[in-house]
Amino acid sequence: MPGKRLGKQTLRLSSPPSMISNASIVGPKEGEGPLAIYFDQVLKDDYFGEESWEKAESKMLKEVVKNAIKSSGRSNTNINFMFAGDLLNQIVSSSFAARELQIPFVGLYGACSTMAESICMGSIMLDGGFADAVVCATSSHFSSAERQYRFPLEQGVQRPPVAQWTVTGAGAAVLAEAGNGPYITHVTIGKVLDFGVKDANNMGAAMAPAAVDTITAHLNETGRSPLYYDLIITGDLGNIGKAITLDMMQKEGFEIDKVYNDCGSMIFDGAKQDTYAGGSGCGCSAVVLNGYIAKEIKKGNLNRVLLVATGALLSPITTWQGESIPSIAHAVAIEKTIGEGA
Amino acid sequence: MNTKMSSKQYEEYIKDKLPKPKYLKNCIAAFIVGGFICDVAQFISNITKSYGFNKEAVSAITAISMVFLGAFLTGIGIYDRIGRFAGAGSIVPITGFANSIVSPAMEFKREGFIFGVGAKMFVLAGPVLVYGISASIIIGIIHYLLGK
Amino acid sequence: MNYLKAFITGGALCVIGQLLMDHTKLTPSRVLVIFVTAGVILQGLGIYQILVDFGGAGATTPLTGFGYSLAEGAMKGVKEAGILGAFTGGLKAAAGGIAGAIFFGYIMALLFNPKSKK
Repeated sequence: MPGKRLGKQTLRLSSPPSMISNASIVGPKEGEGPLAIYFDQVLKDDYFGEESWEKAESKMLKEVVKNAIKSSGRSNTNINFMFAGDLLNQIVSSSFAARELQIPFVGLYGACSTMAESICMGSIMLDGGFADAVVCATSSHFSSAERQYRFPLEQGVQRPPVAQWTVTGAGAAVLAEAGNGPYITHVTIGKVLDFGVKDANNMGAAMAPAAVDTITAHLNETGRSPLYYDLIITGDLGNIGKAITLDMMQKEGFEIDKVYNDCGSMIFDGAKQDTYAGGSGCGCSAVVLNGYIAKEIKKGNLNRVLLVATGALLSPITTWQGESIPSIAHAVAIEKTIGEGA
Repeated sequence: MNTKMSSKQYEEYIKDKLPKPKYLKNCIAAFIVGGFICDVAQFISNITKSYGFNKEAVSAITAISMVFLGAFLTGIGIYDRIGRFAGAGSIVPITGFANSIVSPAMEFKREGFIFGVGAKMFVLAGPVLVYGISASIIIGIIHYLLGK
Repeated sequence: MNYLKAFITGGALCVIGQLLMDHTKLTPSRVLVIFVTAGVILQGLGIYQILVDFGGAGATTPLTGFGYSLAEGAMKGVKEAGILGAFTGGLKAAAGGIAGAIFFGYIMALLFNPKSKK
């Protein structure tokens, strides 16, 4: 339809869907962090009563989807589609959760950008009139991610100061065609960028260019200034990626420091929790969005948020083959009311 | 976005934004823990010698004991905490070799005892064995040829 | 007295490993491969023996010491059994350590589960 696509990457939704309910579950460490009170459920340990971490992660994803659907007032049978993904090979956490839920399922892989990616796709589905309600979800788990990407947990290795801590957490949002906000008004789909970072421990630096690219595309294509938003928040760039992003945005001609933050920087207290550069993982942006941001919007402390979730699209094999780390960032504009800005 | 940077340029650009490891602290920790572990081995060696075992037996008994120590500390979940502090001080001694075998073996128990524990044991230690043994064979052959 | 020498020798070798890990892009596994190979080569040249004579367990406990015993074993094997000894000698010398690692590794995996990290 003409007029819906603004530029190369941004879509303006003509019937903005409402984010009508949210749910979040986190592991013990996240429950000891600065945002603990915002999460719906904090687990006592990261097994969640299951035999393996992979099964625990899948259960977390299943539970947040069920909880989000319950608070929406709907049931499994009148949620039309489920959009979900995670970090595990073949996105098994999501697929196995979907097996239990029996909602038509679209699996996604955007690494840690999946929360925004799923909301992008879900919103487009609703705006196009193809569904009345969808659920968008993602999860990550420290132990299952470490095992797949890095080192066995009991191995005595030292983490470098640039390293981030994968969040154990799952978040889900139900989006509906009918509702009173907060509204998803615009989505900006990212391009894959690679600035040559090869160190798999240095994710923040690897992903920052992708975040900058998507944020500038969004602002240029919507014509909005950064101060239109109360909060521009990246998914998991961590403290280092955050500093790089601020600087690169300045080079692009945008001063975002008054409204900018990062979910990875917010979710842990680096000094007390030994998390070095901050949190990472799909669950990071998922629990911050569905816990902190959703509740702050409801309270009226935030009215317009640009969520820019970032993902590093590497695999252990590409690292061994000497490849660098390509990254992507997707953005969704969440606004309490519609019709005020461009 | 307008900023175009090559990989080299980006690497230069972010260099001063990356926190550096605490070099001195890491070296001191490595020195102390590594030295201590070697002293434990020395102690075992001395005791074994005093029981009258010959050179080869002392060497084998010490190696087996240190490997057991490394394996046990990994099993009870302490070795990774030592490693966080000590870095190379816990990786370089033979206890670290044991840790690199036991940690994936424990981790992949969920995947069964044949393909999990059995196969994954060598995921980190394999290269050490391959290169160490191959190098020693080459040295042996060279030694043989030079001796002729 | 030999405790002090062992401490210094072992500590110094570990510091070399730490410097390699902190200043280069080498991962711990790569550092260990370098160490074991270096131990083999240095003993092949007869040099590592000096370190062993001085530092005792401080030289044999780090992974360079594992390479040292592999090389010693191979050279001794050649003396006793000719070229066949090049193949059998190294592994024979390191047999105790390797067998122990495999066996104890299996037992520990049987008995213990990995703990979640805090």
